[in-house]
Amino acid sequence: MSAATNNVGIVIVSHSPLIARGAADMVRQMVGDSVPLAWCGGNPAGGLGTDMAAILQAIEDAWSDAGVAIFVDLGGAETNSEMAVEAIGAPRSALIAICNAPIVEGAVMAAAEASGGASLARVVATAEELSPS
Amino acid sequence: MNATAQIAQSPVSVSIGALIERCRSEIATHADRLNGLDCAIGDGDHGTNMLRGFDALLAERELLNALPIDETLVEAGRILVMTIGGASGPLYGTLLIELGRALGSGVVNNEFSSAFQQAVDAVAKRGKSKGGDKTLLDVLYPVADLLDEQHDIEGLPGMAFAFAESTVPLQAMRGRASFLGERSIGHMDPGAASCALLIAAVCRALNEGCRA
Repeated sequence: MSAATNNVGIVIVSHSPLIARGAADMVRQMVGDSVPLAWCGGNPAGGLGTDMAAILQAIEDAWSDAGVAIFVDLGGAETNSEMAVEAIGAPRSALIAICNAPIVEGAVMAAAEASGGASLARVVATAEELSPS
Repeated sequence: MNATAQIAQSPVSVSIGALIERCRSEIATHADRLNGLDCAIGDGDHGTNMLRGFDALLAERELLNALPIDETLVEAGRILVMTIGGASGPLYGTLLIELGRALGSGVVNNEFSSAFQQAVDAVAKRGKSKGGDKTLLDVLYPVADLLDEQHDIEGLPGMAFAFAESTVPLQAMRGRASFLGERSIGHMDPGAASCALLIAAVCRALNEGCRA
């Protein structure tokens, strides 16, 4: 098991694969491979949109026993991520959080927090401080 | 015959495969119009997304036809979630999955309307939305009420289209259309439009099936 699996994982879900990949690049630049990271973007036909199967795969790819924080852009990314978390089911679903935070800033700040070994709750709280309450 | 009783006996009068074909054909016929409605207040892909979902259902119609009705609904819902690729996937998927679960958990035939109501509530929860927000709920909730009142199935398609029409003067409170604020007023909600088309297609198929 690599050291990375001890830290909270980050998943980025955008309607656009370019945005998801770009945000992931920014996370990597910040934290290297110290946090598990995966991204997905685009609908099942390759257009702009979201794809629940791809979200499920991204969660698996970024899985950590410490939990996974998901960052989404717009409506469908959030609802499809919720469906994916439900499809994964208990007990693992309790270790997955969909963050109410801006996708790029949220993912980068969450990853920085996660790279220091913070808990899922701490990682999520850090990202969500970016959102007006 | 009232709609609830007719829907309850539908498996013997209309095949699931035929129902899927009717719904898919209705979406295909109106895909451009749904894209146009979505273009006005959203991202313009609602018709394309729905058609992708119903193409996937059509491809699986033999499997869906072979299952008990509750399992058919759950599986069809899962297929829509996996293929539509927009917020409509989880919304329509939740409707079918929860309807299937409600029917499978022992709701008897004459309680179809309560199963439908449960499923619509689940859609509202999934979308964190309610009636009046200019969404497909503005068709689903009043249709659920009509089912509850044992409304005639012949009249349901016209009523469903009227409910979709009633979203025109509303300001969108959920989804991308809500980003437009007051500018969302004056347009029909694309989700309400596709919902009315599908309800009408199902009702007409059931009605013809029962007459056959």
